[in-house]
Amino acid sequence: MKGLMKTAVLAVAVSLGATSVSFAEENVRLTGSGASFPAPIYLTWFKDFSKKSAGVTVDYQSKGSGAGVQDFLNKTVDFAASDSAMKEEDMAKVAEGVQLLPMTAGEIVLAYNLPGSPKGLKLPRDVYSNIFLGKITKWNDPQIAAANTELKLPDLPITVVVRADSSGTTAVFTKHLAAINEAFNKELGEGNTVNWPASDKFIKSPKNDGVTATVRQTPGAIGYIEYGFAKLAKVDFAELQNKAGKYVVPNAESGAEALAAVKMPESLVAWLPDPDGAKSYPITSYTWMIFRKHNDNPAKAKAMREMVEYGLTEGQKIADSMGYIPLPKSVVDQVRAASANIQ
Amino acid sequence: MNKPFAVPVNPGSACKPPSTKDFLVDRTFRALARVGVVLILALVFALVFEVGRKAVPGMEKHGLDVIFGSVWDVNQNKYGILPAIWGTLYSALIALLIAGVFGVSMAIFLTQDFLPPKLAAIFRTIVELLAAIPSVVYGLWGIYVVIPAIRPLAGWLNSELGWIPFFSTSLSGPGLLPAALVLAIMILPTIAAVSQDALTAVPMKTKQAAYGMGTTHWEAILKVMVPSAATGIFGSLVLGLGRALGETMALAMLVGNSNQIALSLFAPANTLAALLALNFPEAGPNEVEVLMYAALILMLITLIVNVIGSMIMVYAQRGTK
Amino acid sequence: MTDLTAAKVALPSLQRTFEGRALRSLVLTTLVWLFAVLASVPLFSVLYMLITRGGARLNLEVFTELPPTGFETGGGFGNALAGTFVMVGIAAAIAVPVGIMAAIFLAELGPTSKLANAARFAAKMLTGLPSILAGVFAYALVVVTTGTYSAPAGGVALAVLMLPIVVLTAEESMRMVPKIMKDAAYGMGCTRSQVIWKIILPTGMPAILTGVMLAVARAAGETAPLLFTALFSNYWIYHQGELAAMNPTASLAVLIYNFSGMPFDNQLELAWAASLVLVMIVLVVNVVSRIFGKPKF
Repeated sequence: MKGLMKTAVLAVAVSLGATSVSFAEENVRLTGSGASFPAPIYLTWFKDFSKKSAGVTVDYQSKGSGAGVQDFLNKTVDFAASDSAMKEEDMAKVAEGVQLLPMTAGEIVLAYNLPGSPKGLKLPRDVYSNIFLGKITKWNDPQIAAANTELKLPDLPITVVVRADSSGTTAVFTKHLAAINEAFNKELGEGNTVNWPASDKFIKSPKNDGVTATVRQTPGAIGYIEYGFAKLAKVDFAELQNKAGKYVVPNAESGAEALAAVKMPESLVAWLPDPDGAKSYPITSYTWMIFRKHNDNPAKAKAMREMVEYGLTEGQKIADSMGYIPLPKSVVDQVRAASANIQ
Repeated sequence: MNKPFAVPVNPGSACKPPSTKDFLVDRTFRALARVGVVLILALVFALVFEVGRKAVPGMEKHGLDVIFGSVWDVNQNKYGILPAIWGTLYSALIALLIAGVFGVSMAIFLTQDFLPPKLAAIFRTIVELLAAIPSVVYGLWGIYVVIPAIRPLAGWLNSELGWIPFFSTSLSGPGLLPAALVLAIMILPTIAAVSQDALTAVPMKTKQAAYGMGTTHWEAILKVMVPSAATGIFGSLVLGLGRALGETMALAMLVGNSNQIALSLFAPANTLAALLALNFPEAGPNEVEVLMYAALILMLITLIVNVIGSMIMVYAQRGTK
Repeated sequence: MTDLTAAKVALPSLQRTFEGRALRSLVLTTLVWLFAVLASVPLFSVLYMLITRGGARLNLEVFTELPPTGFETGGGFGNALAGTFVMVGIAAAIAVPVGIMAAIFLAELGPTSKLANAARFAAKMLTGLPSILAGVFAYALVVVTTGTYSAPAGGVALAVLMLPIVVLTAEESMRMVPKIMKDAAYGMGCTRSQVIWKIILPTGMPAILTGVMLAVARAAGETAPLLFTALFSNYWIYHQGELAAMNPTASLAVLIYNFSGMPFDNQLELAWAASLVLVMIVLVVNVVSRIFGKPKF
């Protein structure tokens, strides 16, 4: 039965596909899927790149890093994108070989909603980690008050808004919390989803926009979202205390400082759970594109190399305006060299 | 439809005794109808097979712990969906109750001469349009309109009547009640539209006979029209319930997605469909097995709820006869 | 029915019972008006929000242009509109005939057979299928076997969601056709399929169309199945001088999903406009189908 259906589907596919073979030599169509975090910048790159290179069109759909990797393994896409790189065991499944390339980086910010919308809330390391552990539950908690002497903090319960969907953003955020707070590491750990404390003051909402909307609509709420999103959506976000003990505002400079604090290894996969440096913003992470080293179609491989080159040159120029962190010069060179592996 | 005897049965076409050709056409047609039925069954078998195939490893590893557990912790490889089962049933039943009452009232309102027919037709079209609004819009509407609207009432109920378990927690924002309310609005068009068809399909004669026996407008509606249309109205509720059980995006935005079992209408809850949709895109192989297991449970719940519903229906019909 | 006999017995005191009945009628009428008004408030609130926020961005350009990226101004969703038409069309072409044929069997040919009972439960089970599962299913069936995201794959996934709605509403509407009409036709020597073609289908058509409409409405607005089967594309389905049906295909639903999650105002406005357009398409299909589906007598 299933075999029959497959044959039928294939037959339909072949007949439909027949019309589109004729121009295949000249026109290259690339499809990618995966992480939602870099989607806005990737889509901007790809549209401009497609416009500038005759015959090449690139489509990208954000559906989650995990789904992107699955698509990559099932060969339904030409390339994927992931916030959490790719697992060794998954890489082993790809006979053609895998090339991971960090293409941009981003920060995660803590957005909050307080009556009177006071700006410049400062959160010490143990405070924000304990809020997400459910141990600090009031806005007028002495520990918050001590760091914010100039703000008048209300007697409001803290409603913590976390991501409901399993996501790379949660992975990066919890990786950082687990690194700075031993209790967090022990009780919740890190991952795309973690078992947040069961409380009616922990609300889960899907995606950046869901978390942002819920924070906006809930007085006394705090939630983690991507910097690019928070910047453009104009929500208030907190200054966080970094490893050096300084309070840092998330922006392109503080993110670049964090990236500079970590040396990029040969594998091109580097994590920054808790970067050094007085000016480094504490929650910063790279995001990767995933390619096959050996592609059946040389025209596609060429187009993908050109696409990477575009991202490394033109692409980095718009990163800051869209809320991403441009790659350090040394990393750009490393990525350029590695992109030659896409054949 | 109002004049059953005026069907223009064309003497040239339908009234002749069937020829050999008619006979063959008849047979082919009936065979095709059977093929349609078989296709539906095949589809469901294929679906259950596809989902089941992926769920088996999860079932073997976790067994019934999944159904009765209430912790979802990927790091510890613990997967429990009891809160999601609870939330699915709780939210769907509240939504069905609200949408059922309002939807059927609306169907009566639009079919039983309360409005001029033209106006009723326009109103009906508007209601049907609402079925086409994407889930995301309902979700946003829930966050920006429903939650602020019910927040004062919820606060009052919680502070004044907090001893009643339904109002025992304060409303943080997303929670069971906003989710169920929005769900009710989402399934209302389906219930109203299908019930209306059922009510319109009751032959005029039947209603006239009721009036002829001296019933009032309302007696005719409640004692004759609604019982005659009962199977259709019931069918509308089945469709509505199905949509409520399977609805994903709007619920994911409104229910709070918290793994706890509470009677309180204001507490955040979780539903199976939302759990599935939110975790699937990033799920590793271990998690996919459990999610498919959860999907099977959801299909089973839909089936059981429908079986119970059909039994009630059969019982109710026996009662009226 | 028992009340009616009671009324007959109580004839002598007609005056008094009539008052009670009139009062009850009044109460019920008030109640049904109240319910209708109460239910309309949220319904119109959703529509109002959709029209004000979506209408603001609606212009001719949105139907002809391609989706914009973050900071671009203008743009539209012409390709997504086309993709939605193609995929909902494919889905309807699968689900409507299969659904109506199955409904004919369930309502007319073998309503009490084991096959019918099993299929009826199967269809009811399908109504509660989370849309994402339809996507997962079509992904395994079509996308993995053909090796690419495509419009036909999207059509198959949507058909799975449409089918139960079509079957269950069509069956119900055919059952509602008065038996006396069928008997008359049989009495004139019609075969069963003639009775179905000439009596049952035309008489039940308005209600069948309601089901098809609801199914189309649902399919047009579904995101999850398309995300798994058709993905999205920023280009037209007719692209670079060829019909790119076996490539990722745009749809309004996925566009709304994408853009509603963006922080860029232009894209957010387009998401609202696209939602409004989706509803308007359903309105047009609804009105047109009612004109053609009107009982011819």
